[in-house]
Amino acid sequence: MKLTIEYYALLKEQRGCSSEFWETSASNPAALYDELKAQHGFSLDRSALKVAVNEDFAEWDQSLQEADTVVFIPPVAGG
Amino acid sequence: MELNRFFISESAIEPNELRSKLQNEVAGAYASFEGWVRNHNDGKPVNALEYSAYTALAEKEGDRIIGEALDRFEISGAAAIHRVGPLDIGDIAVWVGVSSPHRGAAFDSCRYIIDEIKDRVPIWKRESYENGPDEWVNCAKGDLE
Repeated sequence: MKLTIEYYALLKEQRGCSSEFWETSASNPAALYDELKAQHGFSLDRSALKVAVNEDFAEWDQSLQEADTVVFIPPVAGG
Repeated sequence: MELNRFFISESAIEPNELRSKLQNEVAGAYASFEGWVRNHNDGKPVNALEYSAYTALAEKEGDRIIGEALDRFEISGAAAIHRVGPLDIGDIAVWVGVSSPHRGAAFDSCRYIIDEIKDRVPIWKRESYENGPDEWVNCAKGDLE
């Protein structure tokens, strides 16, 4: 299936772009992040992140659907 | 700016404009919090910094936090705004304001809102230091809990 991945902050910097289309067989965000981390060499472990699917927080083990937009959220630092 | 909402802003925050929106006839108290850009972090001199946000989700989660405050505390109104983009030392990075019939709820809810924003809203800070490479705050490997 084909997904849109958006990147922010450290992940955007390490990926070198703010979004990409990604063809994957990963069935959930956990597997997807492991795949992208291996591919792109992200420094952050999954345990440090949260994930959002289609503009809301999501569970790591929820099913992904064709054309979903996925965002991995590095540790926040607002305020 | 609408009342009882959270906003991400690319332009300077104007506290007096925001404060006036919270004035109403049942409010006997008003409390606000301003987070300012300081010139040091973790013992290191900071030259410049930049905030960025996942705006769609940040505003959604910020609205939820304000909604929670309205449910939990006896307040008549609340609003919060967080700046993104390059900021200078001394600039207001975040502003929270609450009005209520009595002071206790104003203080408590203001504290609740800023604490939850810092903990939950997808906003990031990149600092440039006088000595050493730029850093995404809280994202260095050693910082992770």
